[in-house]
Amino acid sequence: MKITLTVNGRAYPLDVEPRRILADVLREDCRLTGTHLGCEHGVCGACTVLVDGEAVRSCLMLAVQCDGSSVRTVEGLAGPDGEPHPLQRAFSAEHALQCGFCTPGFLMVAAGALEADPTIGDDPERVHGLVESNICRCTGYEPIRRAIMRAAR
Amino acid sequence: MKPAGFDYAVPRTVPETLDALADTARDIKVLAGGQSLILEMHLQRIQPDLVVDINRVTELDRLSVNDGTVEVGALIRHGAFESPQAVPGPLGTLFSRAVVNIAHPPIRVRGTMVGSLAWAHPASEWCAIATALDADILLQGPDGTRQVPASDWFRGPLRTARRPGELITSVRFPLLGADSGVGFIEHRRTHFCFAQVAVAAALTVRGRVIDEARIGLVNCADRPVRAHAAAQALTGADVGSLGTDHRLPDGHPFLRAGRIAAEQDAAPLAEPYADLEYRRHAIAVLVGRTLRQAAEGVPQ
Repeated sequence: MKITLTVNGRAYPLDVEPRRILADVLREDCRLTGTHLGCEHGVCGACTVLVDGEAVRSCLMLAVQCDGSSVRTVEGLAGPDGEPHPLQRAFSAEHALQCGFCTPGFLMVAAGALEADPTIGDDPERVHGLVESNICRCTGYEPIRRAIMRAAR
Repeated sequence: MKPAGFDYAVPRTVPETLDALADTARDIKVLAGGQSLILEMHLQRIQPDLVVDINRVTELDRLSVNDGTVEVGALIRHGAFESPQAVPGPLGTLFSRAVVNIAHPPIRVRGTMVGSLAWAHPASEWCAIATALDADILLQGPDGTRQVPASDWFRGPLRTARRPGELITSVRFPLLGADSGVGFIEHRRTHFCFAQVAVAAALTVRGRVIDEARIGLVNCADRPVRAHAAAQALTGADVGSLGTDHRLPDGHPFLRAGRIAAEQDAAPLAEPYADLEYRRHAIAVLVGRTLRQAAEGVPQ
């Protein structure tokens, strides 16, 4: 099936089987391997990307469902000159990553929430809810929570 | 694993959807949020011949309030109910208390309330509320439209009264009056688990006397259960003192109702981490707590 995905502002005309999930198409057809796949059933959140501005699990969406949609992945966070996104700077400053496998998912879930509502940092419970969305086996979550609060300032 | 191959249809209207669902010789699945369906397709426990994606049927993306009811279209996502103002009155509060228990924000922006009723997972939060309030499930199919009350909808784990070729277009709940209080509490082993027990309750209280109690239980039997025996025991009971700490006073009607719900209304199944004695105990405790939460919300 022929579809067009706009990923990080660039149009990708693609021909994909309906059974292929968004995450695989981003990684294999668009060659954007920043999006990671962990559990492939919606639990771990490593594959979280923004579809039309909303953070979703790219393992639980078919690529054909996103025909005509605008997708943003972790590769789309940094500025055109390579300047890291405020969230990326905050993750670095707060040591919010160790092995880094889950980091793209946490960055995108936080980016979606911050762009939808920049005041989220005023509500620690909502930040807590975001951090609960994904699994990290290294950091113990507290540095991630601090990084999101820092970026929201 | 990855989903097995399937044909894919993207209708734009309800009649086009019904056309796509018409070939009942094929195994056809309706795709709304997909947060359960696509996961099961990954595991290849479900391998449909055809997936009918209703996400572009805009007429299903509608939430409307009329005549003391709220009708939730098949494309309304869980996340729509995070604000208690999404639905008027205490029902909005009940929805907002339940929705935070459903997975996580990125799941809640995709998954739908109607999808949960279609899926009929024994631990589903929306199924608890639909059962407590006896919501009506509205369907369209080859023989026209029909509605099924929640009391007749659930037929077992992941089984419903939906017939082949039918599409659930919406679910309709009765709104709750300002004199109602609502409660929703669930117990999970860990944050990522399904509910071991979940309880939804709506209480109408006049003076301090209970006029009506509506209680829905999930994961307390092979399907959602309405706790009629417990509700009957509460009708006419005095709410009395709820106690000053987190425990209800000994002999309180809510404690008695909890025990009745656990012994008479529920039919729990043993699980590896919860034998029957434990499950009945958990049901009794949670029903008591949920009724207490509901009573605290009744305007004085």
